[in-house]
Amino acid sequence: MSVDELVEGVLAGKRRSLARLLSLIEDEDVRAPKALSQLYRHTGRAHIVGVTGPPGSGKSTLVTQITKELRRRKKTVGIICVDPSSPFSGGALLGDRIRMQEHALDDDVYVRSMGTRGHLGGLARSTAEAVRAVDAFGKDVILVETVGAGQSEVEIIELAHTVVVTDVPGSGDDIQAIKAGIMEIADIFVVNKSDLEGAERKGAEINAMLETDIREKPWRPPVLLTNARTGEGVAELVDKISEHISCLRDSGLLEERGLQRSRDELEQMMEYKLTHQLLTELRGRPEYNEAIVRIAKRNEDPYTVAEKLVMDFLLKYREDAG
Amino acid sequence: MDDLERLRKGEKRWTESTLGKALRTHPERIEEFKTISGVPLKRFYTPTDVSSLEYESDLGFPGEFPYTRGVQPTMYRGRLWTMRQYSGFATAKETNERFRFLLEQGQTGLSVAFDLPTQIGYDSDNELARGEVGKVGVAIDTLSDMEVLFHSIPLDKVSTSMTINAPASVLLAMYIAVAEKQGVPMNKLRGTIQNDILKEFVARGTYIFPPAPSMRLITDIFAFCGEHLPLFNTISISGYHIREAGSTAIQEVAFTIANGIAYVEAAMKAGLDVDAFAPRLSFFFGSHSDFFEEVAKFRAARRLWARIMKGHFGAKEERSLMMRFHTQTAGCTLTAQQPDNNVVRVTLQALQAVLGGTQSLHTNSRDEALSLPTRDSVQIALRTQQIIAHESGVADTIDPLAGSYFIESLTNEIETGALKYIKEIDSMGGSPNAIERGYIQREIHESAYEFQRDVDRKRRIVVGVNEFIADETQTFDYLKVDPKSEEEQISRLMKVRDTRNEQDVEEALDLLRAASEGSENLMPAILAAVKVYATLGEICGVLRSVFGEYKAPDIL
Amino acid sequence: MVTLAIESLYISTRGSPVSNPKRGGSLNSTKKIRVLVAKPGLDGHDRGAKVVARALRDAGMEVIYTGLRQTPEMIVRAAIDESVDCIGLSILSGAHMALFPKVMELLKKEDADDILVVGGGIIPEDDVPGLKKTGIAEIFGPGTPLESIIEYIQSHVRT
Repeated sequence: MSVDELVEGVLAGKRRSLARLLSLIEDEDVRAPKALSQLYRHTGRAHIVGVTGPPGSGKSTLVTQITKELRRRKKTVGIICVDPSSPFSGGALLGDRIRMQEHALDDDVYVRSMGTRGHLGGLARSTAEAVRAVDAFGKDVILVETVGAGQSEVEIIELAHTVVVTDVPGSGDDIQAIKAGIMEIADIFVVNKSDLEGAERKGAEINAMLETDIREKPWRPPVLLTNARTGEGVAELVDKISEHISCLRDSGLLEERGLQRSRDELEQMMEYKLTHQLLTELRGRPEYNEAIVRIAKRNEDPYTVAEKLVMDFLLKYREDAG
Repeated sequence: MDDLERLRKGEKRWTESTLGKALRTHPERIEEFKTISGVPLKRFYTPTDVSSLEYESDLGFPGEFPYTRGVQPTMYRGRLWTMRQYSGFATAKETNERFRFLLEQGQTGLSVAFDLPTQIGYDSDNELARGEVGKVGVAIDTLSDMEVLFHSIPLDKVSTSMTINAPASVLLAMYIAVAEKQGVPMNKLRGTIQNDILKEFVARGTYIFPPAPSMRLITDIFAFCGEHLPLFNTISISGYHIREAGSTAIQEVAFTIANGIAYVEAAMKAGLDVDAFAPRLSFFFGSHSDFFEEVAKFRAARRLWARIMKGHFGAKEERSLMMRFHTQTAGCTLTAQQPDNNVVRVTLQALQAVLGGTQSLHTNSRDEALSLPTRDSVQIALRTQQIIAHESGVADTIDPLAGSYFIESLTNEIETGALKYIKEIDSMGGSPNAIERGYIQREIHESAYEFQRDVDRKRRIVVGVNEFIADETQTFDYLKVDPKSEEEQISRLMKVRDTRNEQDVEEALDLLRAASEGSENLMPAILAAVKVYATLGEICGVLRSVFGEYKAPDIL
Repeated sequence: MVTLAIESLYISTRGSPVSNPKRGGSLNSTKKIRVLVAKPGLDGHDRGAKVVARALRDAGMEVIYTGLRQTPEMIVRAAIDESVDCIGLSILSGAHMALFPKVMELLKKEDADDILVVGGGIIPEDDVPGLKKTGIAEIFGPGTPLESIIEYIQSHVRT
């Protein structure tokens, strides 16, 4: 399938084309960035919602329930579930679909499972680009479920407009989300499994924690109780999710963040491009390797050498351009 | 004590001299010997290995606490175990013929296998039933099918075991209704319903409703039967499927008993007195291929259950303490390769079950790794039991392996290992919580994977599979379920729907809905509904709409 | 000299190339075989399916497991959405002659019959030729070593 066909298919809403594109993205195929570059102007419309939280906090079930509620509200939904890849084999068992069976045949729901393929931070390296593809595909809301391995999963704030952090009533008084270091990234807190003992208390504890933050903010994260098994509290959660994006929009934060994200992305790309270009040139040259040897022997220092190499490169660029 | 000390010294001397010399010239086959469940094995066992064993408190006498030696005072000298072959396929009519054949061959109890749509509460014409009708058992949609299934079989004479779980109440109600038509009152009915939903969540997969309403259906059956069917076993708490899913022997005992504890707790919480229902609890285990481990497993399970019922739940009735169990030889040990070899496997496994003191036994047929068994294969399987019972002499002495240093040591080890698991599960808030967290499923899966790896690496030999392989073209005569039986069954169902009184059905289903929304015992409403020929799918449909459906956790 | 070819920007959003100079390492990138392990029909015996799923994972594949009670429609939809290279069907209830061909039929209809489909479970020898005729590539009966399944998939998926 050519890039043009792929792009056409995605824009025409063909699942097969989107699925193929997602594989190219994951496999880091050269066709992927070409397609994404053509699709870029069709993106930016979806509301991206991250769902994160410690293992066993019912993320998949909650994602399913959120989807159900969104479908009731006639929204189309894309779901990306990230599971850890094995550090030993590089393989992965992706089991999140098990819980999502009730949407299995809904044409307006697209579910995709991703392995982290060695990336840390709760997402796969290509999750952001996968989300971009699903955005171009035209889904109204894209739910991104992170690994939830208890590691610090902060990457999701770079990607999502709204981050939902789930937790469950624990055995002790500690808040698991804090232990996992994901407290600060929440736009909405959910204490799931509200039928378990201690749910109210856990909610109160999180609220108390939030009280200690006295900074002036347009959005104060609400704390909701849900039971993802029965769907209790999910409608309120979906209300809060839409309120959050409205608040971002009204306060100008959405635009601000959009600019910030575009800047970050552009700068990262430039940084990569420049470094890549520079290194490609230098690595072939014997004097580069000699310089490294001199640095290692303490005959030269890396500060001076780096400065000189970069300046030479830029000067040469200027001459070329001149 | 002095004797033991002397023995230890003797063993040390033997190890250094006699054994040492032998090992230098004749090393052992493998470095480490383990049971199939991974319990390390010593070369041989002596009184030092059972020095903590107190005869009276740990073994006791047959028919007495802690029942290590068996639940009846005379065991098989009084009555042989019930030879009960699980069977059922295609339509009720064909299964009825197989039942009557088995009874003529000297089988002493019936065991009904239902097809999957029946087990999951779908009528045969449901879209999800496509291709499954009559495949792994008989299809039952309405009371009319049940009438055909037990045609000419006097229900006051046979005991019937039904492998039915999520919709157990419905099938039990149909059984009661058929008996009533034969003129047999409820209180004469003997048999067992499996009714064990927890192991469905863990291992067997034919669940319908979420845990809480499932437990309610079960305790409703306990209460109803306690009052009306005093001879009926209300549940068969099953380790068999846990083992088939890949657990070890210790896990089989542990998870089964942990589930048993959960049922007892649920029933007591529902207000039942422990001695009112505990005497009708029964169990079901597999008989796998490690001979001594299996014998020890049965003995350990019996002792542990008795201790828990007495010590933890304070049961007073003797029958509340007795673990009575059915055994099936392990289906997962059957090989598709050289299927006749399975006859030998089954013989050994059946022998283990008898030496372990089972109350009833199913012996698998040689062809079951390939399909449902043919009549000839079933006959060999039944004959296997009859040969053990009548020719081998093993049934004439009670618990004949007791006192073996090895068997007693292994019995202790399995009891201790299982108790450790049970405590762990208890600390998670009991087995329903441990299942919800996926703990039990993960433990089983780990063992299953380990086992398969051992076979693949030839650390375990499976004859005909990874060693002693023969070139063979299979010329087996399979039992094939005629694809037409699905159509036949569907047209039978249509006919019943056409001829019954619709208004009666609607009324009965409305009453059932009201009952399930409340908290009363559901059995009477279900019984009323089956009697007016409401279908299994309709009844379960009402319950589904009130209770919701269970969704498995994503455990891998 | 400085050409901004789009493909070279590809890693862009995945962090600095300096901290991540080695791309294409076995863990981090490049093509992985994706397999859907599915249980069509109503039987709940998933020991085999799960053991195989685990073994494929340990062989470096990405395995999507969908759980019990899958209709052919659900299986095909998942296979397409997940863009898998292989579907492994496991069935022990005897319903394979009804359900396996249905999966193949739907794959053809969706123009996705380039996906490798293999089956396993309790499947009598007599049924195998009929199943292969519908496009099932291979049937793995009881006793098949995990290694054979892994090797088969590795050497038969389209690349």
